[in-house]
Amino acid sequence: MKTWRRHTLSGYSWLMLVFLYLPIAILMLYSFNDSRINAVWSGFTWKWYLSLFENRQVMQALANSLTIGVTSSILATVLGTAASLAIKHYSLRSRTIVNGLIYLPIVIPEIMMGLALLVLFSQIHMELGKLTLILAHVTFSMPYVMVIISARLADMGKELEEAAQDLGATPWGTLRHVTLPLIMPGIVAGFLMSFTLSLDDFIISFFVAGPNSTTLPLYIYGLVKRGVSPEVNALSTLLIVSTVLLVIIAELFRRKDSKTITF
Amino acid sequence: MLNKKPVKLLALPALLWLGALFVLPMLLIAVLSFLKRGTYGQVVYEFTLNNYIRILDPLYGQIFWDTFVVAVLTTVFSILFGYPLAYYISRLERSKQQIWLLLVMIPFWINFLVRSYAWVIILRSQGVVNTVLQSLGIITEPLPLLYNSGSVLLGMVYTLVPFMVLPIYVSLEQMDRRKLEAAADLGATPWQAFWHITLPMTKSGVVTGSILVFVSSIGMFVVPDVMGGAKSALIGNVIQNQFLSARDWPFGSALSIVLMLLSMLLILLYFRATKASETKEGAA
Repeated sequence: MKTWRRHTLSGYSWLMLVFLYLPIAILMLYSFNDSRINAVWSGFTWKWYLSLFENRQVMQALANSLTIGVTSSILATVLGTAASLAIKHYSLRSRTIVNGLIYLPIVIPEIMMGLALLVLFSQIHMELGKLTLILAHVTFSMPYVMVIISARLADMGKELEEAAQDLGATPWGTLRHVTLPLIMPGIVAGFLMSFTLSLDDFIISFFVAGPNSTTLPLYIYGLVKRGVSPEVNALSTLLIVSTVLLVIIAELFRRKDSKTITF
Repeated sequence: MLNKKPVKLLALPALLWLGALFVLPMLLIAVLSFLKRGTYGQVVYEFTLNNYIRILDPLYGQIFWDTFVVAVLTTVFSILFGYPLAYYISRLERSKQQIWLLLVMIPFWINFLVRSYAWVIILRSQGVVNTVLQSLGIITEPLPLLYNSGSVLLGMVYTLVPFMVLPIYVSLEQMDRRKLEAAADLGATPWQAFWHITLPMTKSGVVTGSILVFVSSIGMFVVPDVMGGAKSALIGNVIQNQFLSARDWPFGSALSIVLMLLSMLLILLYFRATKASETKEGAA
């Protein structure tokens, strides 16, 4: 490639990164702006963060988000791991059908899943609240867990499991002492991913949350709709920082995962 | 050989879960779309086609059309913006590729709502852009940058472009680079090689990315809600409104069934079109 062409392309790519990150950076920067209404910078302050911690509604939303995130991720990971282990042994035909069922929730518009669940819960007269949120979050994050773990299982090969069985291990023994330790990084990555998805979800939660089960994104939506206040910036910043940290940690586990594949 | 049966049963809980909380609710929506709305917003169990007939009203035709146009534009802009970036990443050294990919994916993980709202801070009348322009004396009155179809499109492309970069990158990575060398040996210019080899060979990535972006934008209601204000009503906003404000669940269900069928149909056509041209090239 000629140098000027390479420079144009690299310059363009850096500009794209600026495009992707600048709005986020500005949002974070303005969470430290002293001014309440204007975009004019009037000094550095922590006060919006402090007022968040004193806000009982915010703390309640945080507690809800964490409870729902942890519970739904544990459930999604357990169910997803078990299913991935089983599907590996299915015939090609039944695996294709099952995979279709798994990928469908990922590709379908989120709004559809949200309102379908709303209809279901209202038809069986289930009160909207933390429980319905947990049920919904498991449903949308389990497929992602399964995709991650199935990929890991597919890369793993059969040799180690077969060796264990040749040495007299029972199927459960092989599972516990060979397969599970090998896919553990994938399981952790799956858990972290489903926790991130849960913490971040707005669209589906929007339909299945009750009045007393507001999560952080739902609370932010309420603030955004009521008008711009620097507290939203502070809360959004906290959500951004925790999402980014979680994604990076999950990515590190996934990498660790792929390193063990190539031995 | 050992008995695999107990291991196979491990999928049962997950499959039952998806059956009860994904397949069943979807079927319920389909059933609901043929029922009637009662006077107080309740569902009346009586068969009707009225919900679907009502969709034929030009009002909804217009909204479907607007949604379609926004989704197509979002997809086109995402290809235009995303392809060069994916191309650049695929040409980097391995270790740098990993970092760039992570950098592209991180914004994708950050909440849609928060990312749309970040643009509100920039574009609103007392926002960053207007404040800067005013203090520089370039404008006296704030520009109306927000709450129009342009800002909705901007927000859509901004939030969805990572969806395009990743699949295109994957297909560029899998491409056989020796073909480019062969083309160069045969005297092709870099542009010719790109146009006749790289682009056709990465079509599957473009198709996958387009489907992801198109499907996501067609059902989107957060970006139009936050960045479009009351003026822009896309079908996602109308459906949300039917469920939560108008309390006409059967009509909302019919709208979403039509939306889903239309997007499936378009995806199918898109697949067909690209498949057909691929086989044509294969034969040539």
